[in-house]
Amino acid sequence: MSTIHKSPWLLHYDGSSCNGCDIEVLACTTPVYDVERFGVINTGNPMHADIFLITGGINSQNEAVVKQIYEQMPQPKVVIAVGTCACTGGIFKECYNIKGGADTVIPVDIYVPGCAARPESIIDGVVKGIALFKEKAAALKASENAN
Amino acid sequence: MGKRSIVPYGPQHPVLPEPIHLDLVLEDEKVLAAIPSIGFIHRGLESLTSKKDFNEMVYVAERICGICSFMHGMGYCMAVEDIMNVEVPRRADYLRTIWAEMSRLHSHLLWLGLLADGFGFESLFMHSWRLRENILDMFEASTGGRVIFSVNTIGGVLKDMPNDMLKEFVKKLDEMEKEIRETTSIFLNDYTVKSRLVDVGILTGEDAIRRGAVGPMMRASGINVDMRKNGYAAYNDIDFDVITSNNCDSYARCEVRIGEIFQSIDIIRQCVAKIPDTEINTKVTGMPNGESIIRVEQPRGEAFYHVRANGTKFLDRFRVRTPTFANIPALTQTLQGCQYGDVPLLVLTIDPCISCTER
Ligand code: SF4
Repeated sequence: MSTIHKSPWLLHYDGSSCNGCDIEVLACTTPVYDVERFGVINTGNPMHADIFLITGGINSQNEAVVKQIYEQMPQPKVVIAVGTCACTGGIFKECYNIKGGADTVIPVDIYVPGCAARPESIIDGVVKGIALFKEKAAALKASENAN
Repeated sequence: MGKRSIVPYGPQHPVLPEPIHLDLVLEDEKVLAAIPSIGFIHRGLESLTSKKDFNEMVYVAERICGICSFMHGMGYCMAVEDIMNVEVPRRADYLRTIWAEMSRLHSHLLWLGLLADGFGFESLFMHSWRLRENILDMFEASTGGRVIFSVNTIGGVLKDMPNDMLKEFVKKLDEMEKEIRETTSIFLNDYTVKSRLVDVGILTGEDAIRRGAVGPMMRASGINVDMRKNGYAAYNDIDFDVITSNNCDSYARCEVRIGEIFQSIDIIRQCVAKIPDTEINTKVTGMPNGESIIRVEQPRGEAFYHVRANGTKFLDRFRVRTPTFANIPALTQTLQGCQYGDVPLLVLTIDPCISCTER
């Protein structure tokens, strides 16, 4: 396990965002911001992912998809809601098809506010996520040893 | 005849930053048909007209899509201005044109990056996005935001760009142009890249018209359409030629978009040289009453705005037809008969923006 928490892999899924937060998440992985310097890699496969970045709110159609992605990720896992939409529903809260933020369907660990969330704050969220991931991994290991 | 199978593609897929779902009917490696289903990002944004007044709707319109956010705000404002008979000051028109072209620049660079990622050329992806950051820096310097700017308002724009700043921008663009030329020449000349693009995903001009394609999709099939030629904002003062290509394949789409990058730089240069010193917004009083239709050329093609007002502060109807929605029928056409491995690439060549398609 010790090597895994030094380089967690990210998975990004766009709930029902306006794209603004999405491209900022992608921008984090490219030069200038480059989260890869923290050992983080962007992956497309939920089964390889440790940190789940979700942008945008939850609507009736993507609810099942978000749940499924979350369930497919191995333990331990950290969920980060990026952008006001993912935190609370944001500007679209009153729309008929929006149920609310990401925490209406999956447990969210870290909230990154902003519309759009700035890459600096996303990176901040990810770094906090890495710390939390370590804690969760240690707790998981402890409970495994106890059994 | 091989065995037929149906492979689901998406909504969560590594090459797609946004969810779209396709059911691909395959016979061995060949795609026989692609059946799209959309709705994963549907929010019901247009219904907000009943909860937010027409001034607040500018900010909602900007959040239709985070890539062409500026142009959505502009299109909506132009429609309301048309209803209220507001004459926008000339400087505001020019500023809108400059910001709109900067949006096109960053959108095309973004697309080039995603395309490179789509065919597995990671470093080219990084280079395109590195160049794009320079444009975002300019946006940040002039509006304060990187992707959502909120500078449009009914009657003009809220922020001015001082002339010094504009000159500085032109200087930066001049420097960037060399770098962009270097990076884009890889897309156009590299042997491996070409082998992925040339003759892949043919869409003939006839098909493009029949399927109602818009924007670079249409222009890459040799059809000359560009809403900017209708002369909204300051485009009637600007001298530019519509870029088209007759190859009808993915390479042509790449070529057209790369051509438009340099065209945008040129348009910004012309704007900066001609921009008049006037006010940047006029005071608008009263409530809108009437109906208007506006068409704007976005990076992905023609976007259409319909606004109907009833004399109160809440609009009756706000409807948007976005370019990606119009390009999806063309996409299903190009997917027919293609190789399974080319699907991600072909989906990318329409430059999909799902959040504006579904709103
Ligand atoms: S928080 Fe703002 S920028 Fe981000 S997805 Fe929502 S509306 Fe778009």
